[in-house]
Amino acid sequence: MKPVNDFRSPLARAKGLGTSPDATRFSWLQKITAIALVPLVLWFGLGVASLPEITHDVLASWLKSPFNAVMALLLIVISLKHGMMGMQVIFEDYVHPYRRRLAAILISKFLGYFMMALGVYSILRLSLGS
Amino acid sequence: MSWNDKRPMSPHLQVYKLPLTAKLSILHRATGVVLFIGVILLVLVLLAAANGPQSWASMHAFLSSWLGKLVLFGFTLSLYYHLCNGIRHLFWDMGKGFDLNDAEKAGKFVILATFLLTIVTWLVAL
Repeated sequence: MKPVNDFRSPLARAKGLGTSPDATRFSWLQKITAIALVPLVLWFGLGVASLPEITHDVLASWLKSPFNAVMALLLIVISLKHGMMGMQVIFEDYVHPYRRRLAAILISKFLGYFMMALGVYSILRLSLGS
Repeated sequence: MSWNDKRPMSPHLQVYKLPLTAKLSILHRATGVVLFIGVILLVLVLLAAANGPQSWASMHAFLSSWLGKLVLFGFTLSLYYHLCNGIRHLFWDMGKGFDLNDAEKAGKFVILATFLLTIVTWLVAL
């Protein structure tokens, strides 16, 4: 039974046409990740810049502190999530037809999640390693 | 579906002078793409650091080269622009600052803040 506020024809409903049901959630998540990224980026930008020099040892000891390690982890995860969502919007705007758009979005998401895992692995290895 | 009409289109981007707000808007999108690639490269840098002194040595050599420094500079510039303009966006989300004069003033402040933050970061780093 079609609810009172769904004015799509049965074919349109079956094809999944019309507005996306998770648009609000998507938009919120984009803004929330953006807000979280403000302190994370400022911490990262100024933190890395203030290291005396960048060597394996300096980075490892900087990441030994639990706060720095967790900030780094959150930065990688949240910025990639925010970025994947942003890329999706861009692909939806510019890539036609449907299959090419879907491929573009999925490839960027697979790449994003892979990099997330790689980033978490690297940070943990630096922080917890010898 | 994809554009199949071969008739000529009236020129727009080649003739119309884009307002400041429009330029800042597309710049926000462009810096977003640059940053997505940049964070991926950042992860690869962290991986090189985590894998030990040899892999770090080659990564460090690249980052110290002129190309590496250019990439890093471009990354920090994009990062701070997207950050500052992103905050400008968040104010809009709260419903504040939609008046064109306010939006343009905020935009100019964003440009200024971008350069200041980039310069400060590089001065601290070097």
